[in-house]
Amino acid sequence: MKLPDTAPMPHAALAPPEESSTMIEVENLDFYYGQARALHEINISIPANKVTAFIGPSGCGKSTLLRCFNRMNDLVDIARIGKGRVRIHGIDIYDPDVDVISLRRQVGMVFQKSNPFPKSIYENITYGLEIQGISDRKRLDEVVEKSLRGAALWDEVKDRLHTSGLGLSGGQQQRLCIARAIAVEPSIILMDEPCSALDPIATSKVEELIQQLKGKYTIVIVTHNMQQAGRCSDNTAFFYLGKLIEFAKTEKIFTNPSQRQTEDYITGRFG
Amino acid sequence: MNAPVNPFVARKSSARTIEHIAFGFFRTATYFILICAAVIFGFIFVKGGQTVFRSSFPFVNVPFLTQAPETLYVFQFEGKKMELGDRDFRKFKEERHIKDIPAESYVYSSGGIFPCIVGTVLLVIGSMAIALFIGISSAIYLNEYSKQGRFVHFVRLAILNLAGVPSIVFGLFGFALFVMFMPMLQDFRNPTVLSFPVGFGHYLNFSGWNVCLLSGWFTLAFMALPVVITASEESLKSVPKGFREGSLALGATKWQTIRTNVLPYALPGMLTSSILGIARVAGETAPIMFTAAYVIRDKMPWQVDHPMDFFFQGVMALPYHIYVVSSKIPQNEYTERVQYGAAFVFLVIVMGIALTSILLRIKMRNRYRW
Ligand SMILES: Nc1ncnc2c1ncn2[C@@H]1O[C@H](COP(=O)(O)OP(=O)(O)OP(=O)(O)O)[C@@H](O)[C@H]1O
Ligand SMILES: [Mg+2]
Repeated sequence: MKLPDTAPMPHAALAPPEESSTMIEVENLDFYYGQARALHEINISIPANKVTAFIGPSGCGKSTLLRCFNRMNDLVDIARIGKGRVRIHGIDIYDPDVDVISLRRQVGMVFQKSNPFPKSIYENITYGLEIQGISDRKRLDEVVEKSLRGAALWDEVKDRLHTSGLGLSGGQQQRLCIARAIAVEPSIILMDEPCSALDPIATSKVEELIQQLKGKYTIVIVTHNMQQAGRCSDNTAFFYLGKLIEFAKTEKIFTNPSQRQTEDYITGRFG
Repeated sequence: MNAPVNPFVARKSSARTIEHIAFGFFRTATYFILICAAVIFGFIFVKGGQTVFRSSFPFVNVPFLTQAPETLYVFQFEGKKMELGDRDFRKFKEERHIKDIPAESYVYSSGGIFPCIVGTVLLVIGSMAIALFIGISSAIYLNEYSKQGRFVHFVRLAILNLAGVPSIVFGLFGFALFVMFMPMLQDFRNPTVLSFPVGFGHYLNFSGWNVCLLSGWFTLAFMALPVVITASEESLKSVPKGFREGSLALGATKWQTIRTNVLPYALPGMLTSSILGIARVAGETAPIMFTAAYVIRDKMPWQVDHPMDFFFQGVMALPYHIYVVSSKIPQNEYTERVQYGAAFVFLVIVMGIALTSILLRIKMRNRYRW
């Protein structure tokens, strides 16, 4: 069994009623680096086509959980899952049948440190398609324009598509990485502190972009910036020492958290 | 007198003296290296230059660079001292219808070193191709694919140890494995060695490849492998992790990632360090003297009956020729010319390789920058 990579995702046709459709479901997940447990019994259901923010003090396992969703942790030799499941579209992605390549096409990722390839802007966007063997020039041109427009970058770079992606500013580079991710039409986009290296103006552009993208994609964003979580997410999960402490609507987390630790963290008493 | 006392006035102290001595010592050591290098190069250039260059047009000793070694004959003729190579000497006698002239003969002291240059270039190219292929492949495996566990640690240790093996041991190893043991596909059964029928009247005879290019290539390549692997791993490590993660996160396979987003950026570094390492190794005498080098050979490497024979022929090589001329035959002023001329040419070839690799790096670096 493969992840469906051509079938339409629930988002377009079957728009779910509020909160009813779950995109990512984590069940009792324990995660280890060698002997050290990084995640304790995580249970979380991330709704489709919403922005979900992960917050929590440094080292609490936000990135680790995020990287479980596209199995980037497979690259860490000592990393392993102790127990539990991660389901996407109801499919256990750690099942031996699942092809990690098609999983990653469905679950895109934007990294903390923007990492455009040292190739042209055009080649950066088409990279994901070219490795799938798509080389039809017209199709590629279309995808480049669509993705760059989708990432609100088209107007800034349309005249320099064939210059190096490294010639862009930091914020543009990060949006280029987002464009690169949406070029392969994933259903989920994971963002690990996408704005931590950006100035406020570039940050607000990326945040605007996240707002535009959220109808079409399920977005999970890790952030250290409370305001950012407040501004652009629908739901917020608070982690502490490898445990999920609280997961609720963002307004609720920020106005009326039910856990003491959550309150302490967002009011800046620790972390 | 009420001039203020200078608190920084220089005072004699033992610390200052020691400082001076230490400084002088380190400086001398550095200059000593410089002087040694200058003396070596200068010596070879002056002595070899006399053989390689001419004071009149075409300013280069063309026969030395384009002819095979010959025996030199020195004799007195009509009161004049003559020096002629083997062929010229014979022609000289025929023209004058002289049966015999009493002459002193010096082997390899006339003619040139062309076959040696060709052989050395062939050895360098072949061993470089093999070493780069195996070395880069295993560096990719070690750095990109394997789990960083005890096994890889052990492999790295083995590679480091390989770098410490003396070249003569490599020579013997190559002799035992390639020259004496490697299988040949032949259309007869060789009863004196291990022989396996493979059908169609052919046999795999473990009779070795003999002294030939192929044996030399592999021996030299094995010797260069530690350098190539280490250099390649360093270059791979210098490619930012973000490129790999970015590519994998888009659904690329590991090999696609390596091929399109790691290797192109690592290659310049890999090539320069590796080529320099291989050029050094290819200059060694010990590994080829049992495996690939002939003292003298009449035919040029391209004069073979069958294309496959190309790989199974021995060649003359510069380092081995220098060794033979300087230690296997009686020494005199005539052999000395060849000796230093060959050394000079050899040095120029090695420097040419080094220069090429540096230019290559500059060119490729400019293409990919991050
Ligand atoms: N490759 C790794 N090897 C070993 N331990 C790791 C590795 N990556 C993370 N860890 C450990 O796992 C725990 C969780 O790390 P993680 O990177 O998920 O934290 P985080 O919440 O993303 O922190 P930050 O906000 O600083 O990015 C930390 O204690 C960290 O030291
Ligand atoms: Mg993190």
